[in-house]
Amino acid sequence: MTYEAVIGIETHVELLTRSKMFCGCPTGFGAEPNTNVCPVCLGLPGALPVPNERAVEWTITLGLALDCAIAPHSVFHRKNYFYADLPKNYQISQFDLPLCVGGHLDVDAGTSVRRVGITRVHLEEDTGKSTHLGGSGRIHAAEGALIDFNRSGIPLMEVVTEPDIRSPEEARAYATELRSIVLALGISDARLEEGSLRFDANVSLRPEGSQPLGTKVEVKNMNSLRSLQRALAFEIDRQTAVLASGGSVAQETRHWDEEAGRTESGRSKEESSDYRYFTEPDLVPLAVGPDLLDRLRSTIPELPAARRAHYVAAGVDEAAARTLVAGGLERVFDDAVSAGAPARQAAVWLTGEVTAHLNRTDQNPEALLLDGAGLAELVAMVDNREVSATAAKDVLSGVLAGEGSPRRVAEARDLLQISDAGALSAVVDEMLAAHAEVAERIRGGESRLVGFLVGQVMKATGGKADPKAVDALIRERTGA
Amino acid sequence: MDLADLSIAEAGRRLRAREVTSVDLVEAVRRRASMTEAILHAYLTIDREGALGAARAADSALAAGRDFGPLHGIPIALKDNMVTRGVETTCSSRILSGWRPPYDATVVERLKAGGAVVFGKTNLDEFAMGSSTENSAYGPTRNPWDADRVPGGSSGGSAASVAVGSAFAALGSDTGGSIRQPAALCGVVGMKPTYGLVSRYGLIAFASSLDQIGPITRTVGDAVTVFEAIAGHDPSDATSYRGAFPDARAGLGRGVAGLKIGVVRELSGDGIDHGVKASFRMMLEALSAEGAEIAELSLPSTEYALSAYYLIAPAECSANLARFDGVRYGLRVSGESVGQMMAASRHDGFGPEVTRRILLGTYALSAGYYDAFYGQAQKVRTLVIDDFKRAYDQVDVLVTPTSPSTAFGVGEKTADPLSMYLSDVCTIPSNLSGDPAISVPAGLDESGLPVGFQVLAPALGEAVMFQVAEAVERLASFDARPSLATSEGAA
Repeated sequence: MTYEAVIGIETHVELLTRSKMFCGCPTGFGAEPNTNVCPVCLGLPGALPVPNERAVEWTITLGLALDCAIAPHSVFHRKNYFYADLPKNYQISQFDLPLCVGGHLDVDAGTSVRRVGITRVHLEEDTGKSTHLGGSGRIHAAEGALIDFNRSGIPLMEVVTEPDIRSPEEARAYATELRSIVLALGISDARLEEGSLRFDANVSLRPEGSQPLGTKVEVKNMNSLRSLQRALAFEIDRQTAVLASGGSVAQETRHWDEEAGRTESGRSKEESSDYRYFTEPDLVPLAVGPDLLDRLRSTIPELPAARRAHYVAAGVDEAAARTLVAGGLERVFDDAVSAGAPARQAAVWLTGEVTAHLNRTDQNPEALLLDGAGLAELVAMVDNREVSATAAKDVLSGVLAGEGSPRRVAEARDLLQISDAGALSAVVDEMLAAHAEVAERIRGGESRLVGFLVGQVMKATGGKADPKAVDALIRERTGA
Repeated sequence: MDLADLSIAEAGRRLRAREVTSVDLVEAVRRRASMTEAILHAYLTIDREGALGAARAADSALAAGRDFGPLHGIPIALKDNMVTRGVETTCSSRILSGWRPPYDATVVERLKAGGAVVFGKTNLDEFAMGSSTENSAYGPTRNPWDADRVPGGSSGGSAASVAVGSAFAALGSDTGGSIRQPAALCGVVGMKPTYGLVSRYGLIAFASSLDQIGPITRTVGDAVTVFEAIAGHDPSDATSYRGAFPDARAGLGRGVAGLKIGVVRELSGDGIDHGVKASFRMMLEALSAEGAEIAELSLPSTEYALSAYYLIAPAECSANLARFDGVRYGLRVSGESVGQMMAASRHDGFGPEVTRRILLGTYALSAGYYDAFYGQAQKVRTLVIDDFKRAYDQVDVLVTPTSPSTAFGVGEKTADPLSMYLSDVCTIPSNLSGDPAISVPAGLDESGLPVGFQVLAPALGEAVMFQVAEAVERLASFDARPSLATSEGAA
């Protein structure tokens, strides 16, 4: 029997607000543990939450970008559970009246466009971070735990999809697209490795063509887009094997182990969780009026899908457009095009050499030492034959290494080629004289010997002559 | 008259006339406390050094011509569920034993900004859960009128300290009557403001949607003064009122002629003790004689208010008290795992009444029970609000006895939580509705114990509430003093 995978994704996005969700503490990553804290985010007795307006607005903005309906009245709830890094032992979250409901996102894994329904987008607060000491670092064997409450209370947005995704590739495409939108809106730095963007996936199988849903498994702990795809592929294979052998899939939470390349069962005994949600009495309902919606709508920049279409229309091919937008390279690209670079060539450089460099050095696009003007200059130098295609790659690596503008690098590394006919004529004439016999044979019709003379000129110029220009000069002189 | 027995208004007059100093006032309440505390146990903490320091500062400010307002230099007590920077705050619970908060509650900041001197922290039922101040991990407070009786609760320490003169005024918190009922049982004035007028920031929450801080004083005028000092919008409390605040003094001195006063039928007949009823009726006659129009009316939903309250308050408390887990502050009892440590800390840290309410609330919010309990209670709450709205279409204020009985005996109701819960039957409805209410002493019963008369007003109706309360105070001409305050030692 063939099975169809049914996948839904829950995404947690840490918002890039300057202060936390319910207090004025700063949100910066990497501060000394327990320094960005106050009575509110430590859950001290008597402290009360006050909602961060910007976080509310940004959540609505994402909802608008995903074509959600925005609730005119939205309510915070308390989600009750005991956990050492949850200071109040309840999380302020949203339950049956979230800010945004019923949107969608179209994704393309390269096969066809899939419309993924967005069930809801809501706002909540993050927990503290526990570090387990001793043992293997896992909670069970730990000898003790340290808790850092710097993360406690950071605004966390949760985006929940309908179970509309059908393959690991689509899941990855969805995650990539959502991440691009979040980045385009500037509401999160969306770094999976730092946990500011976290994906959990629910996956179940059902016989191809059947409607009822199978038993779902929640997969957690995927720290990259690639591991999301790998984890789902593994989990689908695992469940297929279970079902094929006549077994049944257990409803559970499984953790992705990146090194082992497999999912592992979480808690052996799955606690039935009753979160006893009830309206947060310390907060009043959020009222969202049409004026606010209009204002927020006007802040939404061109979204990735529209931007890709716009790049394709400018002559960039589909795959390159996708890489530019997903890879955070749009700004350099746009700037290069504004500085006069043809779109297609700028895209080729960025999606080829530059992306390879980023992957090799594990760098963020923001840290790139190449700006749009520099890229435009490089493209122009190649076009004007001031550098050869091969030398241009060296020029780029110099620029990326911080050696200065392309022209400066080309000069410093002595990579400018001689394409000026005046400067080349002398060398060409010299070589024609030195190899008079060969020149004679060319004049006699053996034009295949032109290449020999070009090689001699290149040798004499230390490789800096433009071979095309040399070729043209020799043919002109010999009438070949 | 001993300085400790003065009203805030009179003490303030003498301070400004340079007849006394704030240090004198602190010493006066300290002497009164030293004579009464052994019996009364109104205080958990007396911050003598802190109070003297603040008093000296208040005195020098006044000498330098800087007058911070009507509370300048006045020693005031705080119920020990309001956090005070550096001063132990326990909520009368073992679980917070020794905890020194790193911050001041907004009301504390406001009192200090108004020049008031914080004298100490008063006893309460653990986490404000109770009506007798017997549920304190540090021992009960006694009633200054009769030490074999309870002072009421949960703000029993605050009410007793004001009644006996070991504070000029105190702050209490009122979730279901915890200011008004002890005020009634101790023969002092206790007022619960409209929900949202006084910041809850720094009040250790019992039931967030019901809790409100208010004054306990010896006169209605002092209650107005303290209320004005602590009320005001607070950006740190999202439920803090943002509109224009009522002028609490607008009705003072106007009397009650022409006002329509509604008597709540369901809360003034059955179940009310004879002595309380007699005193209540006499006051109605006096008000009528002053020209008020008295009308009896019905609030049918109040029959269910107590039940709704005992679902909503425990439900909220089950979450509010979840933070006491031994991880970050307070009592920690070790365990094999973090979960066991939390459970053991909570087991040992909370007393039986708190445990009972946490369990009740957890149950009421559980999947499958939510609709039948918590959901239903919220509907009753809406009905209560609607009943009050309808009533205020007909009358200016409503009145009831504050409590069905005068002070009851120590230990009398501890074995029967339900009979204890009934002590709050007259006060709970205005917590559900969020409206203001005040208890004013109206006389003594046949045993010589004070009886409280409650005035209820619509939301933001503090002006008319104080107007009627002032008339009640005048008509009662209540000048009796508790035996403990006038006993030989205190004379």
